[in-house]
Amino acid sequence: MPESPAPKPLSDQTMIQMDGVHKWYGAFHVLKDINLTVQKGERIVVCGPSGSGKSTAIRCINRLEEYQRGRIAVDGQELSNDVKQIERIRREVGMVFQHFNLFPHLTVLENCTLAPIWVRKLPRKEAEEAAMRYLERVKIPEQARKYPGQLSGGQQQRVAIARSLCMNPKIMLFDEPTSALDPEMIKEVLETMVTLAEDGMTMICVTHEMGFAKTVAHRVIFMDSGEIIEQNSPEEFFTHPKSDRTRLFLSQILHH
Amino acid sequence: MADTHIPHPDLPPPVSIVGPIGWLRRHLLSSPLNIALTLLALCLLYIAIPPLLGWTVLNATWSGDSRDACQANSGACWVFIRVHFDQFMYGFYPDGQRWRVDLTALLLIFSAAPLFIRTVSSQTKLRIGLSILAIYPIIAFILLTGGWFGLAIVETSQWGGLLLTLVIAGVGMTAALPLGVLLALGRRSRLPAIQTLCVTFIEFWRGVPLITVLFMSSVMLPLFLPAGMSFDKLLRALIGVSLFQAAYMAEVVRGGLQAIPKGQFEAAAALGLGFWKMMGLIVLPQALKLVIPGIVNTFIALFKDTSLVLIIGLFDLLNMVHNATTNPAWLGFSTEGYVFAAAVYWLFCFGMSRYSQSLEKRLHTGHKR
Repeated sequence: MPESPAPKPLSDQTMIQMDGVHKWYGAFHVLKDINLTVQKGERIVVCGPSGSGKSTAIRCINRLEEYQRGRIAVDGQELSNDVKQIERIRREVGMVFQHFNLFPHLTVLENCTLAPIWVRKLPRKEAEEAAMRYLERVKIPEQARKYPGQLSGGQQQRVAIARSLCMNPKIMLFDEPTSALDPEMIKEVLETMVTLAEDGMTMICVTHEMGFAKTVAHRVIFMDSGEIIEQNSPEEFFTHPKSDRTRLFLSQILHH
Repeated sequence: MADTHIPHPDLPPPVSIVGPIGWLRRHLLSSPLNIALTLLALCLLYIAIPPLLGWTVLNATWSGDSRDACQANSGACWVFIRVHFDQFMYGFYPDGQRWRVDLTALLLIFSAAPLFIRTVSSQTKLRIGLSILAIYPIIAFILLTGGWFGLAIVETSQWGGLLLTLVIAGVGMTAALPLGVLLALGRRSRLPAIQTLCVTFIEFWRGVPLITVLFMSSVMLPLFLPAGMSFDKLLRALIGVSLFQAAYMAEVVRGGLQAIPKGQFEAAAALGLGFWKMMGLIVLPQALKLVIPGIVNTFIALFKDTSLVLIIGLFDLLNMVHNATTNPAWLGFSTEGYVFAAAVYWLFCFGMSRYSQSLEKRLHTGHKR
């Protein structure tokens, strides 16, 4: 694992504010009273057993999931049912998925320039230059003309990160970005995420990579059955977990 | 010290699995059953080919201009086709005006030619295709119906033959695809009003036979229109065919939409794309590519279904051929006529099928997800 990025003082500007968010799938109560405040530049790792609602929680932030109670504000704009408002917020929130979700009918470069051209209305040339810069940053500029189907999983995930960065988001959400990858490829994706962290990006990352959490996160959040059970700095979280549930989870994930 | 693994070099495959011998073994002689089937097929070919070849080519009459020329030979009398060829192509389109039909066809062939050339970029192709869609129908309409620029008016009742078949098929296809896409999107819409409307439309048109639709458009519709008001019989048939095929197309396209993984919608949404951009840039290009076989299947069915317009008294290719076989001077040549009609239909349908195959191959970008 690379060196921990130098701690930067967090600004007191709030990027994400979740207040009493509840969500039901039919009768099933998936999210129970989620309260979370994320400062600008803060890096948060969310962990927990599968089905604990951690993915659902971060997918509420860019409204890929609806919620029935509570309020969420992103960079001061409150999420509403207004489609235009949702689209405005989504422009500022990049998301990286477990299964990459690259557009298979477009080349890597086109994947990266599509949203800047059609949503941000950038001229094609400018969008392509920016895309190449980001592809260089994730270290695969030479793959720009290939189709996603021709790349390895790790490369695809790095393209997905570059695609999100091309929109110049203020926040990046990672939804288990390494869970679908072979062990050999996890490292390259995590390294990309660490460089992103070094640049001061506001990040929320759902992951089971506890090494990543230890080195990069300002705060680790543990969720179970739709609730935030515990949140703390990584040092405290890993050495002195407060609840029994957290202790059980950590013992399972660290000694398997 | 660690051993370095040296991979075993690739060896050339044995003769028995490559080359013509390999092909024979794999495709014709791979099992006792296959050998028996191969022999049976050879037998059938031996029985069928000589008489077929004799009738269509060797013993056929090619020259002459009356039925007497055909008396000497036992084979097909292609003179029948030659004499009626113009009728089969243009129907009752006035003799002196037929250059307009030719010009319309040539314009399409030349303007669409770049679409079939591999070296032209897909961007240019898209631009050319869209401009053809926007401009060509207007030019074709003016050229064929006349009444502008000193062109004599030709009533649509005079249109016929292959011209009419192609007009109905062309209009039907260009209207059915976009309409079908809209209906498919509507059927998957989360807005109940739009969804109900689309479902009702699709189920209604899929539930009635095309013949009924054509009958209704030509016999029943005028009953509901105020007295003295009528609109063109061809136009009514065109609308009927287009709406009918759009319903089928909608279900084909919906099949494609359902095959697109949820992640694609989510990734597009997460980038801030709105509904139409998400559909137009991400979902439909993938969905339509997946259902090219289904779309072409519908197109081929549509092309052949145009022959049903004979039921409302329009003289398409098949009806013109049928008409010629009842000509008292040329009785007894219906076989030649129908073989010719079948050959023309087959040529167009086979062409569409081949084009779709090459399109599928070209659009494949080596992915499964």
